[in-house]
Amino acid sequence: MIEFDGVGHSYGEHTVLDRIDLRLEEKRVAFVGANGSGKSTLARTINGLVRPARGRVLVDGLDAVRDGRRVRSRVGFVFTNPDSQIVMPTAGEDVAFSLRGKGLSKQERQRLAEAALAEHGLQGYAQHPAQQLSGGQKQLLALCAMLVLEPDVLVCDEPTTLLDLRNKRLFVERLQRLEQQVVLVTHDLELLENFDRVVVLDQGRVVADDEPHAALRHYRELVT
Amino acid sequence: MSRPLGLYQPGNSPLHRAPAGGKLLGLLVFATVVMLFDEPVPLAVAAGAVLAGFVTARIRPDRVLRMTGTLLVVLGAIFALQSWLLDPKSAAVVCLRLLTAISAANLFTLTTRIDDLVSAVERGLAPARRLGLRPETFGLLVGLTVQAVGVLATIAAQTREAQRARDASRSVSAFAVPFLIRTLRHADELGEALAARGVGDAREERSESPRN
Repeated sequence: MIEFDGVGHSYGEHTVLDRIDLRLEEKRVAFVGANGSGKSTLARTINGLVRPARGRVLVDGLDAVRDGRRVRSRVGFVFTNPDSQIVMPTAGEDVAFSLRGKGLSKQERQRLAEAALAEHGLQGYAQHPAQQLSGGQKQLLALCAMLVLEPDVLVCDEPTTLLDLRNKRLFVERLQRLEQQVVLVTHDLELLENFDRVVVLDQGRVVADDEPHAALRHYRELVT
Repeated sequence: MSRPLGLYQPGNSPLHRAPAGGKLLGLLVFATVVMLFDEPVPLAVAAGAVLAGFVTARIRPDRVLRMTGTLLVVLGAIFALQSWLLDPKSAAVVCLRLLTAISAANLFTLTTRIDDLVSAVERGLAPARRLGLRPETFGLLVGLTVQAVGVLATIAAQTREAQRARDASRSVSAFAVPFLIRTLRHADELGEALAARGVGDAREERSESPRN
């Protein structure tokens, strides 16, 4: 469970989050909102990538700032641009890189990496240069590199923005099959069909928090 | 245009199969010896040995030419300058040293997986743990440094394309400013990606930048 308790944050004079109080227990939760609404910043507070200036964020009772290391081991994060998430030159090395801190042998890391790649439709790509994969495959690789750590929660910050329709579908299909709790930050409203809860943000505040249809109706009214 | 982020070229040659630690040590020794030579003939022999390494590793000639193209232009300029300042023989020695050492380093990165290199550095520096140093940090530093070469080359190539698209090929600032901004942005994003994977969790302090 993720709890936001009076979370506020500013960049200089500009307030990006203003007293956010939320309890997220549902399996599929989405944050939607216009550019600058604060949704990406809010998502980044979940694993301590952004430390809120006010309030606190708890993941299963652990404070995302004070217990940052333990929280990050429970929360995986997939960013918008897969290119900046790929650290190693080949797909297999990149996934194995995630496991470096686990005290596993090199062989075991490689075995787990190859198994994770196969599970997410990248079988046979372990030796493939990561930057020569298609956009969708790169994003799947980024997902793989996170999921191999077996997080309880997966936060995805606009993961389909740079993908074409086919790759977007490929990625969303994989996302929907996950057992983990997923928090998705998106502009893409059609991804939210099977979501349990949609939180609409505007100027750093929660302006709607409901099941997808009702929340999105509110969002559409807001932007038109 | 998009070039591979890393320089590694998968293969099964003897150079690919050789242990990364041994290759790294060999490269350091080779580069040191090359710097000690001050005659063109032994340097030409050393350069020939590196060329033989490329053949053994079955690196495609077009890839070698693509990698060395810019280097040869720079070496040409250095040769002209050194010949003018000193003499053609000294200029040839300087250029052959650079060509041989840089090509050997390229051959190393083409035939060595970064993961293996990081592991080799960690193993080699394991005794330093007794001095309070963290070999993992050094291993990661070396791995990311090698990776950075490919990343910067990619960013530079994309920036040059954008520069040409705006018909500003001769403008230094049209290249330097976006290159610098994109490099810094990449560093910021890479930092976040590493933090999200739990790398460097011992150091909790990090800077932030505005997000949506």
